[in-house]
Amino acid sequence: MKNIFFFIRRYFTFLSFLLLQVFAIILLTRSSKAHEAFFTDATSELTGKLNKRYSNLRSYFSLSETNRQLAEENTRLKNLLASNNIAPDSSRVMYTDTTHVDSSGRYRKFTWLPARVIGNTVTLQTNFLTLERGSNQGVKKGMAVIGPQGIVGVVVETSSNISKVMSLLHRNSRVSAMLKKDNNAGSIEWDGNDPSILTLRNVSKSAKVVKGDSVVTSTYSANFPSHLMVGTVASIVEDPSSNFYTLKVKTATNFFNVQYVYLVENTRYAEQLQLENTPMTNQ
Amino acid sequence: MSSLVKNIIRFILFIILQVFILNEVPPLHRFIVPYIYFLYILWLPFTINRIALMAIAFIFGLSLDFFSGTTGLHAAPCVLIAYIRPFLLGLLLPQETIEQSYSEPGSKSMGWAPYSLYVGLLTFIHHFYLVLIEWLQFGDFLYFLGKVLGTTAISLLMIFLAELLFLRKGKYRTNAA
Repeated sequence: MKNIFFFIRRYFTFLSFLLLQVFAIILLTRSSKAHEAFFTDATSELTGKLNKRYSNLRSYFSLSETNRQLAEENTRLKNLLASNNIAPDSSRVMYTDTTHVDSSGRYRKFTWLPARVIGNTVTLQTNFLTLERGSNQGVKKGMAVIGPQGIVGVVVETSSNISKVMSLLHRNSRVSAMLKKDNNAGSIEWDGNDPSILTLRNVSKSAKVVKGDSVVTSTYSANFPSHLMVGTVASIVEDPSSNFYTLKVKTATNFFNVQYVYLVENTRYAEQLQLENTPMTNQ
Repeated sequence: MSSLVKNIIRFILFIILQVFILNEVPPLHRFIVPYIYFLYILWLPFTINRIALMAIAFIFGLSLDFFSGTTGLHAAPCVLIAYIRPFLLGLLLPQETIEQSYSEPGSKSMGWAPYSLYVGLLTFIHHFYLVLIEWLQFGDFLYFLGKVLGTTAISLLMIFLAELLFLRKGKYRTNAA
């Protein structure tokens, strides 16, 4: 502080000279438009450069906030894209419009609905798929889900516009299946190891199984129509202690890239299930 | 007549001369603008404080500016030459004795040659700075220099005439005064 005073004292003449010059220039700029424009231009050039650098520096500190805002903006704009708006679903109407009794007097048993897969896991022990179709569009609990190549799973939960599907790749998944060749039925399960390999249990040893045999859904299933592709036999495990084969089945559906599926509704599902689950009383 | 009263009268006279006579002269040539008002600053006494010198120069320039409507345009060169003046005098005056024996710069107190150099340099600096802040650029530098030199020449001519017309006595300072 002392040095500052010394400095001011020493250069007092020069400082007052500068002060008066500056004062004169200020007066000049205030009186003359041309001078005002010149000095404003010059100063704003300088301050503009400095401000630009400073804001460049500062922008690094707000990068995360800017990123968040940009992400929000992107989401908002993407929601405006035409591709997000799906056409109103008329397929349901088309299917249900047909009478349950067709012209040859037969009753309709299965109704098919298309659905887009919007969520899918394959790496867990309990894998689910999420479909963009819910109870408002006619999805009910227990409906079978079938992909273009083979069966996929069973609907376990529905909300108004979304439904949740228990994939075949779920520890608790049980689907009745049979060998296409001789209709020997068994149960399709998953051991939780390989997402492309299922297990078909309880196939009688009387069946003449070879590798590559097709496995299809059985006629005993309440929710699946019969004779839908499940997979092909990959290997045969012979258990000497039992009368049954345990077959490793390569899935027909590629669970890694399933995009569109069909939901199948059995119009008599509830009735069949109710009857099957009724305890026998007169035993 | 005391130095203070003399300088106040000079102040008024120089302003009046510059504003009502020289500024009314129709343009003679694009290079030439007759300026003589700053002679007042050159004629101020030796003994004056540097800060006071600059303050007087500022007020003097400003009062001229008030008449011409460009506030600050003449004040800035006036302050500049008031700032430079003591350095130049320190260089040109060989001994301290002159400064003590004469009250203000003049051909008698300094001698013709140093006085001419003193007036010529300060006039040139004044005009250079004045034209520079008036234009705010050099533009065509030859034109700029021509304007400065032309104005300087006409100013020096007028100062020479003034020196001849108003023969300042170069009052010798005595202890009595």
